[in-house]
Amino acid sequence: MESLTSPTVTQRDQLLVEQQVFSLFKTFYNMPPSSQSFMLELQRENHVEYLTNGLKQLGPSFCVLDANRPWICYWILHSIALMDEFVDPELEDNTIDFLSRCEDPNGGYGGGPGQMPHLATTYAAVNSLVTLGGDKALSSVNREKLYSFMQQMKDASGGFRMHDGGEIDVRACYTAISVASLLNILDDKLVQNVGNYILSCQTYEGGISGEPGSEAHGGYTFCGLATMILINEVDRLDLSSLIDWVVFRQGVEGGFQGRTNKLVDGCYSFWQGGIFALIKRLNSTKGERSIPLGDGEDSDPESPRTTASSDATEEGLNKDLSQDDSHSQKDHHDTSSRVNVADIGHNSSKGHAKVNPLFNSLALQQYILLCSQDLNGGLRDKPGKSRDHYHTCYCLSGLSVCQRSWLEDEDAPPLPHAVLGPYSNLLEPIHPLYNVVLDRYQEAHEFYTSS
Amino acid sequence: MESSEEDGGVPLSRMAEWRDVTPLRQDDGPNPVVPITYKEEFRETMDYFRAIYKADERSPRALRLTRRAIHLNPGNYTVWHFRRLVLEALNTDLDEELDFIQRIANSNSKNYQLWHHRRWVIERLGSNARSKELHLIKSILSLDAKNYHAWSHRQWVLQALGGWEDELDYCRQLLEQDIFNNSAWNQRYFVVTRSPFLGGLPAMRASEVRYSVEAIVVNPNNECPWRYLRGLYKDDIESLVNDREILSICLKPSQELRDAVVALWTSDTRPLDADLATAICDILEHVDSLRASYWIWRKNKLRIAA
Repeated sequence: MESLTSPTVTQRDQLLVEQQVFSLFKTFYNMPPSSQSFMLELQRENHVEYLTNGLKQLGPSFCVLDANRPWICYWILHSIALMDEFVDPELEDNTIDFLSRCEDPNGGYGGGPGQMPHLATTYAAVNSLVTLGGDKALSSVNREKLYSFMQQMKDASGGFRMHDGGEIDVRACYTAISVASLLNILDDKLVQNVGNYILSCQTYEGGISGEPGSEAHGGYTFCGLATMILINEVDRLDLSSLIDWVVFRQGVEGGFQGRTNKLVDGCYSFWQGGIFALIKRLNSTKGERSIPLGDGEDSDPESPRTTASSDATEEGLNKDLSQDDSHSQKDHHDTSSRVNVADIGHNSSKGHAKVNPLFNSLALQQYILLCSQDLNGGLRDKPGKSRDHYHTCYCLSGLSVCQRSWLEDEDAPPLPHAVLGPYSNLLEPIHPLYNVVLDRYQEAHEFYTSS
Repeated sequence: MESSEEDGGVPLSRMAEWRDVTPLRQDDGPNPVVPITYKEEFRETMDYFRAIYKADERSPRALRLTRRAIHLNPGNYTVWHFRRLVLEALNTDLDEELDFIQRIANSNSKNYQLWHHRRWVIERLGSNARSKELHLIKSILSLDAKNYHAWSHRQWVLQALGGWEDELDYCRQLLEQDIFNNSAWNQRYFVVTRSPFLGGLPAMRASEVRYSVEAIVVNPNNECPWRYLRGLYKDDIESLVNDREILSICLKPSQELRDAVVALWTSDTRPLDADLATAICDILEHVDSLRASYWIWRKNKLRIAA
């Protein structure tokens, strides 16, 4: 940055992060190949251990999350599911039981037993149950009562209040609509005016804010876009403006920032990265092919154009790509027998059709693997910050999106070079509208549309 | 004054005042997941809260209890909600409530419940609270000039209670301190488009363009003023393209072209010069290689639109 005056707070903060991140990258490039391979590995066992321990017990410092326990469940269960790992059946049962104690007799789930129902904790609880899967979990939700809770939270403006007498914002809209859609209880009354409210939150920058007038923000942009898609009003948004805003949220570090001129944060790997998964899905739902690059040869993730950006990272990635020889394909994908019943345009009939991601997928993967991983288990915002379950969930969700960003079909197996590091880094695909693992979504969808 | 309860210290079970209340344990079940190792003070406070909440007791001691619970976990929205019910029932002095919230905010400025509670209080206090509130938000922003909750709250206060007169100048001050502060630019847009004293966007456009251009000249790498410029010409791309000041900065040879291209086109309108646009996309693909895929996509859309 060229200013003649002393650096501003923004410049100073940004510089500090860049120094840390680039020093990490530099160390990485100077390592011998075997060490590099290790650094790019997803530390599955350690992450699973960290997550499972959290499910079993949390220390006293978690008092400040005492009104968010369904969220902790979701962050942990979803992360474990992304890694295609299993939770002890006893723990699963205990979770179903615990969540039912968080359920209010009049509908919705609160942050803990005896707490008022809240849309965000409802979203977390439902997503947790869907992630667990199985009849017991799925049937434990009282859908009728939940619907009436949502009706009560509906505001004249079109938005939703988070809880009785609570705040209205785009997040509340998303949590309500997402849950209603997943449980098949979405109707005109819930949908009415939601589109108008969200539209009023798209800012001059192109992104979406939490409330009308506030700053464009990654979390709210994801929530707003997903909601508009779910209520079938996405065409009302200025999508080209939105896309233009979000592509510029990816920084030299490879990760995403939440707002213009703010710092990179691993959780935006999903909130911002997931927007591209939504848009990709939109293009295929509409029957438009995502615009191919030139002659199709550019669809190859190995080609220099699609590798990471800045000079600092390109060399390293090229090095890694040419050395990657662990092509062992995970063989649990059985796409041929998959039955697709989703009515939100899940489209797998195009086979292994390739598209080009509009963001730099490999650069983001590099940020997640090298900067967000805590080698002792768990993932974090950025180097220097502590791991937590929230960042573990959203860094991994973002990683899943990245790995499949060259595929039009969400559950087709990615090419080896789409996956940074060993192919064993491959995570399960998600349904980007709800952020639950795709086959769990499919089971839930079948369950809730047939019952 | 409720200060004695904040410090904890004396367990509630040993207070005469609470003798008639049977604390209510949390119904976690026999095998809870994500169980938190509550400290004794926390567990006890919440057990008493549950009892009072269930009984719907809206008394002075209930008010004190909610204060204690909030200090232990400011994220408990149920406690905040109940506190509001009690405040209403007791018809309490809400100015003191503002002090209470402020103390919590000192260590929890990014907490949703706190800000929502503040809004509720201010709504009841009305315009008398306005200038003190705007002043308070300023002091929070002086510690973190991008606090999202503080900015949303500020916008709400302006819309509900007024106080627009000095706001544009406040934005100018913040931008003088940090021209990269996107929250301040966003606030500027908010003021320019909504202030009842400024005449709206059309009236303000010329001076705002000048302001943005000045900012660009000093820091051409700053994304804020570029996006702001486009915002000034929202839905009126023809005028933007014909604005002499904008053209003068876009065509400077030493300038980074990336945002110039962005300023000249939306992907849905017919480009003024398809070849130039394509050439610029090619340049950007190399100069802004992180976004190479995006520029290629833009280029292909131009081809299709042509």
